[in-house]
This record gives sequence, C-alpha cells and structure tokens, in this order.
Amino acid sequence: MSEKAAAALEILVYAGAILVLFVFAIMMLNLGQQAVDEEQGLFRAGFWIGPSVLSVILLGILASIIIGGPDQSPVTEITPKEVGMALYGPYLLAVELGSMLLTAGLVGAYHLARPLTKKD
Amino acid sequence: MMQSGIPLNQVLLLAASLFTVGLVGVMVRRNMLYILMSLEIMLNACGLAFIGAGAHWGQADGQIMFLMILTLAAAEVSIGIGLLLQVHRRYRTLDVDTLNEMRG
Repeated sequence: MSEKAAAALEILVYAGAILVLFVFAIMMLNLGQQAVDEEQGLFRAGFWIGPSVLSVILLGILASIIIGGPDQSPVTEITPKEVGMALYGPYLLAVELGSMLLTAGLVGAYHLARPLTKKD
Repeated sequence: MMQSGIPLNQVLLLAASLFTVGLVGVMVRRNMLYILMSLEIMLNACGLAFIGAGAHWGQADGQIMFLMILTLAAAEVSIGIGLLLQVHRRYRTLDVDTLNEMRG
C-alpha cells in the first residue's frame, strides 16, 4: 500500500489542524493546580508499563521497516492524480457536501464559543 | 523499504484493534477531552479500513472515502471543542457525569 494522497492528507489534517485544536482547547481551559495534581498521580508503574511495551514493539517494527529489504513496487499503485481526477469527476457532489458540512461546523463553532450572557 | 502489498486481513486487524482501543476509551473515561480524543482514534481506525479496502481493490474510492472521513472528523472536533468550552464555562468541570439533568 503506498497511498501518498491519503498519507499527506492525514498529516495535514490531523497533525496540522485537529491536534492544534486540542492544544488550544487545553490552553484555554486553564485547568490549574488540580489537574497537575491529578496527572502527578498517574506516574505510577502500573500505568506506564503497558503503553511502554506497545511502544517498544512499534519501535521495533519501524526499525525493521527502515533497515529492511529493497523497495518493491506494489501491484497497483493509486497515484494522487487518480484521486484528484475522481474528486473532480464522479465524487464532485461529495466534495460540495463536504464543503457545506465544514461551513456548518464553522458557524456552529463560532456560536458555541460566545461568552455567557447574564441570563445563562 | 516496504513489502509489496500488505495483506488485507492484517490492515483490517489493525483497524479493528484501533477501533476497540478508541471504544474502550470513550466508555471508560470521564474527562470529556479524553472522550473526544478517543473518538478521533475511532475515526482514524475507520479511515484505515477504507484505505486498506481501496488498496485491495486497486481503486481510488478508498482514499476519497478517507478524505470524507477526515472532513467529518474536522467538523466534529471543532463542534466538540466548542461544546467542551461551554460545559467548562457553566459547570467549572470537565466531568461528563455532572451532565445528568436536563433543564425544565
């Protein structure tokens, strides 16, 4: 599988937009000392053993891929050009609906972020 | 660097594992921020399943469906963060167990 379009889109959208949203939300919440104390309690050994084992396995897989054999081209490679032409062709309606969904999300998020008024 | 064509059942197994991890996170966690993060993991797992299916059949439709899922995830996380901030402003906590009543 060498889906280049999907890989680029994933990095752009998830690392560049959604995680930035999360970071800004955590910054705006400004949780204070209580959250710091809660997180200090999470550093016991029973908590980090499991995720550390899984991360070491993942690191081993990554190292074996980087060190591993020569590059064999896959059976049928789907280029970003094919994806783009399909987006402009049969999936044009889906693109327009996606843009309407994003506009609705934008307007909704703008209204949800209003400050509280007296009667709230 | 990579082998030619990862078998479909391994891709689907990874997608199922990620989905289960996200589902357990949504059900166990009480902090709303972690629930939103686990929802993102679930959406990513669904996208991975679509990518694997698209590669298996050699069509571009899998990646296009993944693009639609990304669009959905972006809109959903923005609305979710907005709701999270409203909950924090009104109740001064992020615990979803405090939201157990409706007004009226």
